[in-house]
Amino acid sequence: MTNHWVDIKNADLILIMGGNAAEAHPCGFKWVTEAKAHRKAKLVVVDPRFTRSAAVADYYAPIRSGTDIAFLGGVINYLVTNDKILHEYVQAYTNATFLVNPDFNFAEGMFSGYDAETRSYDTATWSYQLGADGYAKIDETMQDPNCVMQLMKKHFSRYTPELVSRITGTPVEQFLTICEMIGSTAVPDRVMTSMYALGWTQHSVGSENIRCMAMIQLLLGNIGVAGGGINALRGHCNVQGITDMCLFGESLPGYMKLPTESDASFGDYLTRMTPKPLRPNQINYWSNYPKFFVSLMKAWYGEAATKDNNFGFDLLPKIKGPSDALAIFERMYQGEINGFFCQGYNPLAAVANKKKVSTALAKLKYLVVIDPLPTETSEFWKNHGVLNDVDPAAIQTEVFRLSSTLFAEEDGSYTNSGRVIQWLWKAVDGPGESKGDVEIVSRIYLKLREMYAKEGGAYPDPVLQLSWPYSIPEQPSSTELAREISGRALTGDGEQLSGFGQLKDDGSTACGNWLYCGMWSPAGNLAARRDNSDPSGLGQTLNWGFAWPANRRILYNRASCDVAGNPWDPSRMVIKWNGSKWVGNDIPDMRLNARPEEMVMPFIMHQEGVGRLFGLNKLKDGPFPEHYEPFESPLAKNLMHPDNPESKCNPAVRIFMGDLDSFGKPDKFPYVGTTYRLTEHYHFWTKHSRINAILQPEQFVEIGEELAKEKGLKDGDKVIVSSNRGHVKAVAVVTKRIKTMDVDGRKVHTVGIPIHWGFMGLAKNGYITNTLTPYVGDATAQTPEFKAFLVNIEKA
Amino acid sequence: MKEQSLNIERRSATTTPSPGVRHTVEVAKLIDISKCIGCKACQAACMEWNDIRDKIGTCEGTYANPADLSAGSWTVMRYAEVETKDGRLEWLMRKDGCMHCADPGCLKSCPAPGAIVQHSNGIVNFQQENCTGCGYCITGCPFNIPRLSPDDHKAYKCTLCSDRIATGMEPACAKACPTGAIMFGSKKAMLHHAEGRITDLKERGYRQAGLYNPAGVGGTHVMYVLPHADTPELYSGLAKDPQLSTLVLFWKGIAKPLMGYSLGLAVLTGIFHYVTVGPNEADEDETEE
Amino acid sequence: MQVTRRQFCKICAAGLGGSSLGVMGYSPDEVLAQAHAFKLSRATETRSNCPYCSVSCGVLIYSLGDNAKNAKSEIIHLEGDPDNPVNRGTLCPKGAGLLDMIQSPNRLNYPEVREPGSNEWKRISWDQAFTRIAAHMKADRDTNFVTENSTGLKVNRWPTVGFLASSSAFNEVGYISHKILRGLGVVTIDTQARI
Repeated sequence: MTNHWVDIKNADLILIMGGNAAEAHPCGFKWVTEAKAHRKAKLVVVDPRFTRSAAVADYYAPIRSGTDIAFLGGVINYLVTNDKILHEYVQAYTNATFLVNPDFNFAEGMFSGYDAETRSYDTATWSYQLGADGYAKIDETMQDPNCVMQLMKKHFSRYTPELVSRITGTPVEQFLTICEMIGSTAVPDRVMTSMYALGWTQHSVGSENIRCMAMIQLLLGNIGVAGGGINALRGHCNVQGITDMCLFGESLPGYMKLPTESDASFGDYLTRMTPKPLRPNQINYWSNYPKFFVSLMKAWYGEAATKDNNFGFDLLPKIKGPSDALAIFERMYQGEINGFFCQGYNPLAAVANKKKVSTALAKLKYLVVIDPLPTETSEFWKNHGVLNDVDPAAIQTEVFRLSSTLFAEEDGSYTNSGRVIQWLWKAVDGPGESKGDVEIVSRIYLKLREMYAKEGGAYPDPVLQLSWPYSIPEQPSSTELAREISGRALTGDGEQLSGFGQLKDDGSTACGNWLYCGMWSPAGNLAARRDNSDPSGLGQTLNWGFAWPANRRILYNRASCDVAGNPWDPSRMVIKWNGSKWVGNDIPDMRLNARPEEMVMPFIMHQEGVGRLFGLNKLKDGPFPEHYEPFESPLAKNLMHPDNPESKCNPAVRIFMGDLDSFGKPDKFPYVGTTYRLTEHYHFWTKHSRINAILQPEQFVEIGEELAKEKGLKDGDKVIVSSNRGHVKAVAVVTKRIKTMDVDGRKVHTVGIPIHWGFMGLAKNGYITNTLTPYVGDATAQTPEFKAFLVNIEKA
Repeated sequence: MKEQSLNIERRSATTTPSPGVRHTVEVAKLIDISKCIGCKACQAACMEWNDIRDKIGTCEGTYANPADLSAGSWTVMRYAEVETKDGRLEWLMRKDGCMHCADPGCLKSCPAPGAIVQHSNGIVNFQQENCTGCGYCITGCPFNIPRLSPDDHKAYKCTLCSDRIATGMEPACAKACPTGAIMFGSKKAMLHHAEGRITDLKERGYRQAGLYNPAGVGGTHVMYVLPHADTPELYSGLAKDPQLSTLVLFWKGIAKPLMGYSLGLAVLTGIFHYVTVGPNEADEDETEE
Repeated sequence: MQVTRRQFCKICAAGLGGSSLGVMGYSPDEVLAQAHAFKLSRATETRSNCPYCSVSCGVLIYSLGDNAKNAKSEIIHLEGDPDNPVNRGTLCPKGAGLLDMIQSPNRLNYPEVREPGSNEWKRISWDQAFTRIAAHMKADRDTNFVTENSTGLKVNRWPTVGFLASSSAFNEVGYISHKILRGLGVVTIDTQARI
């Protein structure tokens, strides 16, 4: 989230699209009801299903799953055509004025630089025109045909309301009503917030869905302000924190990057990672990269990380190739992985195409599952009848299942999706012999370290030199680890640091994650603070927990003021320039003494200091979002460019050769399948909780009345839903809430498939819904396309 | 239960007045249907706090589960999909459970002394140790709420978390409710809060928005804010104009003063049963949607 | 545990913040007379957060016992933390059912192994588990570790092992897992966050 949960109450318009906050985040959704009650805010919901969010919305419109960019592209077209943009904001705080490489172009659904062989783009032309001074060129008048504003206008001019409606199935008048509502916030004193979740990410165009809304929010001047922003609701309690700790193959804590084979030396690596400013006077915060990196290496390797050995640069591995879940299970499927660990992760249920995942797991030599509950993954080898029909005797994987504790049984911190880190205290011991996750991974490591110390082996140096200063080595405490993450000085008496501004690249500071620097300051554990006072009334509660970065609650909050430093809306003042410094109701996201006339722009993490309407090469599938059909689509063509079969689906999406035959076609699978969560359940956990099993006991699928009539189905019938990858059997719920869509003159039916069942639990056992889903993901994030694929449905 | 009678306003099948009733604040729960997201947090919190667990059922083709109230489910969500005249879909969700009537049909029809009590704060409570399991409270309830337990053959329903209220806490469902669709406070404060909600709903186009606090049962201590207050039956058959059934009125007006503690329970229930047949059916017709 | 005094500045529920519910029907001396005794009397209260979605609602955990040496604590109830600025005491159906997650009869209590081709779990000790897992790892690492690529560049990676990290674990768990994994040269890492 750029903003945070409570801040939603400051919105005038709330758009829930690509999410279902009322069901998936009910307690966060309360701030929508507060905005409605106290600001007379309006709630708009756009969703293929009339959800429980829609049930309390002021306005609802249906949309065919997988067509959000068509809808949002149409909104952009509406905003620029009808002059519903906040001009001063767009002019100063976005790259609308920037000149783009004249060789950049877009034709027939493809951006310049496409290579069909590798299904990827050479992004060289997706760049700014640079002047002799190294800075990007701009045209303040925004008339140059190569300026971002003109390119954007041209790109989205194709998204007419009529075409949008033909693609999305949303009736034109409903689409235009929503455009008008959104456009009403293009003024300084009205703000829209966007709340999204997996409904946008789980598509082959997932990242571009979100970028498209970010562009809309920039055009409206809704980023950086109270009640605005682009807010990822996110799934797990610490999905934000674990993302920040960056347990991704290619990353290091705090969104740093693991070296690759292109980094011939430490110097090369730092040069590649440390960006240069693209406009004068800009903060370009990533220029501090060497300080963050060296401090991390000091936290990890302590004394062994010295200036002479490049702070242990060679102790780190260099990664080759992708390491997302789809790529990992593909490699496992190919027999390239021998050992595998699942720490509180149930991939057999959570990853696409269960059959492929199951086959892959059976190729492992050993599998270690660390979990408080018996996951389906831990029993992938066991025959559970039709629900998991395997032959144990044929599966040679040795499986270890290690019982871990739950949240109430350890101390530690979670970071919520509003980036607020909160400390939890242990209430009781875990059951039986269960152990905490920290102890489990530490003991495995210490056992290996002991073996390497005794026997030697392949490159033992990093194993033996890893800094392990914990008072009980087998059980590093959460407080010790939190202090290490936050960072300390290595000179003097080694005091905790109070913020990342103190980090050094000379080895005199250690910090496990620069973004969390200051969380455990000289004043103590700030994540444990429990003062909920809110003097501004905006809900900022600056003394509750600790928000990264620097306890800032609203990111880019410099943009809450006009260029002169006055709040766009004084009644929702986040920060302001008081004549000598930035002050206000939040930690200013700006150098405190940066005078407005210095034109230091708000988007301090960007080299150019402004928000990007033109996305450069940051996403793999284009600098502007473009509508592509889902990989399994009921349509024969992409109506945006019907004559080019190559751009029917996202041309930059990775497809594994072996999966080509696994995609289904509409002749056999005519309906749009979409998977989702129910408010009564949490992923694959709460089927083990009796209360939740009572509230929603049995697997079901939802279909509209028209499809039910066609198929002769009624409420309570048992049905089989199948895709080209397998089938599930469930109870039918026939509902008015899923409407048949009129898409380009033909009827498209949707089958809704909740995900929560499996072959273990207190709820009635059911089929794993990811049996049905396709093994293809977003071009950039590789999040699987769970929200739009093809199925058939028949009476069982 | 001697001490408790201090703030018991009324007891079932008891003619002697309660001793020296203190005047405590009348409490109420206000359920704002326009804010309800049907998430069932109220059901979960109710089960958890009251240590009751219904059986794990089946999906019958709707989101409602458990499908009905029972001794193990003192509150359930009911869902209705309604298409309005202008073609819009409304998904109406109503938390069903005891209304804690000011004039409680259950208490009035209960032949077991002290099995049903009404506290001076408005809560109607079942005292299972005095319950004979005759089921007349079910017949007497205009909202069809109490349920007999198949295990101990006693009647159960929502207590309004009287054990929590007694210590200054709100009912478990009201505390949990994520959107504030369930509010709790003095009846006066709830009536005031409802006014504001109704004004807001009218501004948003719900011209028939209103409060559900039916006079036929003397008003209730669980009230609803209904966007369509003119047609409460849209909300999964909420009674339009609930009344105490004729039999209860009979029992209350004629029979009860004639009966004393001395009259054997068997005789009493026999007479009661004899009188019920006709009026009861008529009453059901009246309250169904 | 650090507990500061509640500081309510604005109450989201209009107008109810100041009134004490204690005056609404019972006085404390009547509590004893309740049909259901108030079950939290003398229970220990611990501040925590819900482990489900990333709203991360504050919860209060109530456990039996006063943490005396000879008493084993048991969680008997959870409810929303009214001080937490985000949830203000509320919980959703998942959070309100947390007790049954903690007390689930399906919780795992000890380490187990399923041997190749076997059809059953076998209970083992923690030490056996760590020893056997480490033996597998070391054998694999020593065989498949890549020190240099074809150009002689040091790459120091262990490509044949993978790790999927939880998005429900504490920051501290994620951090120490990351530190250990890189120390071993692991590059095949992903988290639930991606999905």
